[in-house]
Amino acid sequence: MTAPAAKSSEQAIVVNELTRKFGDFTAVDHITFDVKAGEVFGFLGANGAGKTTAIKMLTGLLAPTSGDAQVAGLDLKSQTEQIRQRIGYMSQRFSLYEDLTVRENIALYGGIYGLTDKQIRERSDVMIQTLGLTDDLVAKLPLGWKQKLAFSVALLHEPAIVFLDEPTGGVDPITRRQFWEMIYSAASRGTTVFVTTHYMDEAEYCDRISIMVDGKIATLGTPLELKKQWNVPTIDELFVRLARPK
Amino acid sequence: MTAPAVVVTDVHKKFGAAPALDGISFEVSPGELFGLVGPDGAGKTTLFRILTTLIVPDSGTATVLGLDVVQDLWAIRSRVGYMPGRFSLYGDLTVEENLKFFASVFGTTIQKGYDLIAPVYRQIEMFNDRRADALSGGMKQKLALSCALVHRPDILFLDEPTTGVDAVSRREFWDQLDTLRDSGLTIIVSTPYMDEVMHCDRVALMQGGRILQIDPPAEIGSRYSLPLIEVIGSDRYRMLLALRRGPHAHSVYPFGIGLHFTDSRSGYDPATAAAEVKRYLESEGFTDLEVHPIDASIEDRFMDLMPAEQRAS
Repeated sequence: MTAPAAKSSEQAIVVNELTRKFGDFTAVDHITFDVKAGEVFGFLGANGAGKTTAIKMLTGLLAPTSGDAQVAGLDLKSQTEQIRQRIGYMSQRFSLYEDLTVRENIALYGGIYGLTDKQIRERSDVMIQTLGLTDDLVAKLPLGWKQKLAFSVALLHEPAIVFLDEPTGGVDPITRRQFWEMIYSAASRGTTVFVTTHYMDEAEYCDRISIMVDGKIATLGTPLELKKQWNVPTIDELFVRLARPK
Repeated sequence: MTAPAVVVTDVHKKFGAAPALDGISFEVSPGELFGLVGPDGAGKTTLFRILTTLIVPDSGTATVLGLDVVQDLWAIRSRVGYMPGRFSLYGDLTVEENLKFFASVFGTTIQKGYDLIAPVYRQIEMFNDRRADALSGGMKQKLALSCALVHRPDILFLDEPTTGVDAVSRREFWDQLDTLRDSGLTIIVSTPYMDEVMHCDRVALMQGGRILQIDPPAEIGSRYSLPLIEVIGSDRYRMLLALRRGPHAHSVYPFGIGLHFTDSRSGYDPATAAAEVKRYLESEGFTDLEVHPIDASIEDRFMDLMPAEQRAS
C-alpha cells in the first residue's frame, strides 16, 4: 500500500536529532526521520533498542534531552497539550476498563477528549455496529475483540496520527489480520499509523519501516527497497542481521 | 518401543462455565521437541499447569514419565523443569542467587547441573552479581531457562518462552532448544508465533481448548485442501477488497508481502485458478501483478482450521 499521492508531501511527523539520556545511558541517540500523512509506518527494533522511549517522547509523555520534533504540525516541546488532542494511542497492555461496558468505555474516552454527548452517542452506535459487538462488560470480550475495540477507541476523537505499540501480541492469526485491515482502512481515510510489532510478517504490511539498533535508526525505507538494498529475502532476515548483538 | 514421555487422554478443564480444555488427547515420545501453537486463550497454559501437577483435570487422565499427574504428583515434580509464561525469577536476588535457590529447592547444586545448563548459563554468567530485575528481557529468559534446568529434569515444559521477545532473541532461544533436544531431553514448548515451530519434531495446533491438528511442521500445510494463490501488487487494501467481492473467494488475507487468496473450488487446478485471479484483477484495473500458486504455511492451515464464526468473510 502506498499513501495517497495528494498527501505525500504532507508530513505527519518530523523528527530532528531527537535524543533522550537516562544518566550516562543514551536510550535514543540523535534520531532523524519523518512520517508522511496517511502512511502506515512500522517502527521496529530489538527489546531495549529505544523504541518505547522514542514513542513516549513523540506522544508527549517524556521530555527529550535534546533535539526537536513536530507531531501533526505541532512543536513537541511547546505544544505538548495540543499534540495530545491530535493523536491516539494504544499500548500493548490493553488500555480499556474491564469492569465498564463497551459503551461506558467509549463514553469515558469520548469525555476525556472533549466530545459532545451527541458525538459520543453517534460514534458509539457506529463503532458497535461496525465491530459487531454487544454492549457487554469489556472483561467478557475475547482478547482479539478487546484489541479491535481499543483501536477503535484510540480513533474515537479522529486523531491525525495513531500510535500502536505491539497491538497484536498474543492474538490469533485471523484476528491479527482483521486488525491489520482496520489499520489499512484507517490509513485509507487519511489517518497516519505509527506501529510497533514483533511479528516480522507484519513489518512487510507497512508502507515504510525503520529498524532501531542501540538508540539509532539503522535503516529506513519501504520493505521492498530495504530488501533490495540489503540483499535479503525478508524483513525478518534484515532484522536479525542488523539487531543481532555482536 | 519405548514408553511415551507424556500421554494425555481426553482431558477437560473448566474455570467457572468456560471450558479451558475441551477434550485434549496426545502423546509425546522421549527425546521429542513437541510444540503447542495457538493464540491466547487456546488452553496452552492450563495444559502445562495440569502436566506440571499444579492443577488437576476435571476429567480425563494424563501421565508424565509414566507417572499419573494426580496420584504421583510428588514423584513428577522432582523430575520436570517448568518455565512459566510470566517470569518466575526473584527480582531482588542476583543471577547466581536465583540459580542457587532453584538448585537448593531440588536438593542439588549449580555444579551438579552445570554441564547441562552451560550452553545457556555461560551467556549470562558474567552478570552473576546483577539483580534479576536489572537484566534485559533476553537475559531474563536465559536465566529462567537455566533455573528450570539446573536440577537435571527428564522433561522440560516451556510456556511461551518467546512471547514479547524480539525476533533476534527468539531465534537464539530456539537454537538453544535444538541443542538441548540433541542432548536427549524431552521438551514441550508453547508459542503464539507460527513461524517458530519449524524447529519442532511435531506440532499441535491449539485453539479454544481443542487440538485442531498434530503433525510434523513440514506436513501441516500439506493438509490444506483448497487451491492457494499468492498475489503481490501495489495498493494492497483495495486489491484485498476487490478479491473478496470477486469470483470463487473462499478467503482473502494479508500475508507477508502480498495477499493469500484461497479459491473455493476443491480440487481445481491451482495454476488455472492463479491465471483467473490475475485476469480478474487486471479487469479491475490493477497492474504490475505477481500471481502464483503456493504451498500452504502453518499459519494458512491454522486459519483454515479455525471455527467458521471466527473467520473473516
